[in-house]
Amino acid sequence: MDWYDAFKGVSAEAEAALAEEERVERSSLLRRLRDNLSKARTTLRDHFRGILFERVDESLWEQVEEALIFADVGVEATVKIVARLEAMAAERNIGTREELLDALAQVVSDMLRPADPDRQRIDVSATPAVILFVGVNGTGKTTTIGKLAYRLKELDKTPLMVAADTFRAAAVEQLEQWAQRVACDIVKGAPGSDPASVVYDGLAAARSRGRDVVLIDTAGRLHTQVNLMKELEKVRRVVEKLIPGAPHETLLVLDATTGQNGLRQAEVFREAVEVSGVVLTKLDGTAKGGIVVAIHEALGIPIKLIGVGERLDDLRPFDADQFARAVFSGEGVK
Amino acid sequence: MFESLTERLQEALGELRGHGKLSESDIDKAMREIRLALLEADVNFKVVRDFVAHVKERALGQEVIQSLTPAQQVVKIVNEELTALMGAGDSKLAFGSRPPTVILMVGLQGSGKTTACAKLANWLKKDGKRPVLIAADVYRPAAIDQLVTLAERVAVPVFAPGADVDPVEIAKRGIEFAREKGDVAIIDTAGRLHIDEDLMEELARIRAAVKPHNILLVVDAMTGQDAVNAAQEFRARVDIDGVVLTKLDGDARGGAALSVRAVTGKPIKFVSTGEKLGEFDSFHPDRMASRILGMGDILSLIERAQEQIDEQQAAAMEEKLRRAEFTFEDFLVQMKQVRKMGSLSSILGMLPGIPGAKQLKGVQLDDKQLDRVEAIVFSMTREERRHPEIIDGSRRQRIARGSGSTVQDVNNLLKQFREMQKLLRSMAGGKMPRFLPRGFGM
Repeated sequence: MDWYDAFKGVSAEAEAALAEEERVERSSLLRRLRDNLSKARTTLRDHFRGILFERVDESLWEQVEEALIFADVGVEATVKIVARLEAMAAERNIGTREELLDALAQVVSDMLRPADPDRQRIDVSATPAVILFVGVNGTGKTTTIGKLAYRLKELDKTPLMVAADTFRAAAVEQLEQWAQRVACDIVKGAPGSDPASVVYDGLAAARSRGRDVVLIDTAGRLHTQVNLMKELEKVRRVVEKLIPGAPHETLLVLDATTGQNGLRQAEVFREAVEVSGVVLTKLDGTAKGGIVVAIHEALGIPIKLIGVGERLDDLRPFDADQFARAVFSGEGVK
Repeated sequence: MFESLTERLQEALGELRGHGKLSESDIDKAMREIRLALLEADVNFKVVRDFVAHVKERALGQEVIQSLTPAQQVVKIVNEELTALMGAGDSKLAFGSRPPTVILMVGLQGSGKTTACAKLANWLKKDGKRPVLIAADVYRPAAIDQLVTLAERVAVPVFAPGADVDPVEIAKRGIEFAREKGDVAIIDTAGRLHIDEDLMEELARIRAAVKPHNILLVVDAMTGQDAVNAAQEFRARVDIDGVVLTKLDGDARGGAALSVRAVTGKPIKFVSTGEKLGEFDSFHPDRMASRILGMGDILSLIERAQEQIDEQQAAAMEEKLRRAEFTFEDFLVQMKQVRKMGSLSSILGMLPGIPGAKQLKGVQLDDKQLDRVEAIVFSMTREERRHPEIIDGSRRQRIARGSGSTVQDVNNLLKQFREMQKLLRSMAGGKMPRFLPRGFGM
């Protein structure tokens, strides 16, 4: 998917300008990702190379299962995928490695694609559009906000950051450095102050300064911390109260290295703050991030963005086909 | 779907319990459950394969078949194998013959290195050492500020020359700084991907420059299958000595701990279990295995309690409890001691039978609730705390106003308190529990 297709509510001219830029940028990005992936000691392609020369038999299916487990897809979703793949293999009389790989990618991307493609877009059509970022500690919320602010500015939006992580030492400073880097407005609270009140100030500032997208950074919290989850609910309530219809997006930031606990995180965060999408970060490592398959399958939460590196432009719209292929064939995500 | 590893194993082994002797198909059935449970717990699938094969081999042996209680034998084998996989005995830090002892903290982005550095410093300080923190993460925005802030909180010296200095240089000069200011140097490095050639090379250069006594890999307990890739690569490039497992206060089953231990052969040395700086402990593989099998981490709890509760005070309290003379004043003292042990949820997590959040759904683990209870007690006069029976309607109103709560809150607390006293009276003469009865004030 392309950037100009990733948002609901950006202007046509901005989209067109970006489309051209996209084409140029893509080739180099892809090369970089290939480099990264080739550095990984064993990619899944190697895994499949070894196994898929064989005929399609029982042990092969077991190995497909293992490959899925290895990608953190999880036992339940793996069983589902294999069952669908088996049906497809029988139906299409699949006998070769390539055919099976294609079918596998297809099954997985089908599982990742929301029925309504609109649901995968990030809604910034309201003014101001409010995006709340939530997640457990260390997944890359602050970094994602920095990169998204950069992208929004490219699209002629005027983002404003709200540093509502008043808990973690120097979290505000971290977001502040991103704000400087991408030349974006920021509203911040004092360390230890109530995050809900910082959010209140941030929304008021966005209105009075006429900013059109508000990006709210919250403190990382384990979903098992009852009082911290309540604090987050309060933040959401303040947003709802101040701007009817907001937050327009509540994005759960998830680390691609996360295992099966990711599903639980999504479940609990959804219950608390109505998560509208997932940002899957750190896909530039060797982790596959397969837990998002389970998350979309079980909870219907669409994956909206992926993080693929340290650079400002290393945040990308999520594309189910490309993701499925990258996860199970060792090709880069673009 | 979210049954804990404990439950799954209990389920698998519970079925075995019904039989007198084990058939091979019984064992196969149990092993399949164990395999699934471990995979769902994020244990790497190769590690799972080896583990299950090993357990099966032992279970099929004569010792089980001819044993009088085969089910118990299987539980024992799984427990032993789990313990063996995570390394036997306690894992300690290596200390240099001449100070400063150097500890290099490495890991992926967001695993919790900076926080772990501060917590380790705090832990070492309590142990009588004089730790010094060194800020060598020059890449992540404000990482240095974060370490400096945490150092202040722990009250240890910090060496932070800034983000425009080469990390190798920072580490080298940091050791000099540590030699003057303390006896242990903890170096915080930038998070890096194990496939990032340049940054891994930089880490190798830091290692060569400061020759650390300990290189600790910080691993997020929620990590999935990829934990083995990162761990293997960090071990290959900088030869780690051990692992710090973080974010263990969540409900992740922590299979990464097993995986990392199995593929690197390096021990897990510490676990980090909460938002508070004191929530950091040395790792006990035997206890972890017991915990996985549902016996609870009662040993850790007892140790922490012993460290933080004044023994004499506890004895006096027990005496009072025994004679059912427990008043609100005693209650305040008791509450203060429980708090010293960390957050309520981390304490409850260590108790047997409460392995995960699932069982705790009805129980509010809200530390703020404790604040409210405390506020109510603080609003009582000394006389009222000693003789709660004199608290009448107008006193209740005053207490409610004073503590910013409602009369109903005060009533609830008084009611619970009376029930507890009743309970104590009925138990008088018996051995008293050291901790607040569950449900009290919650």
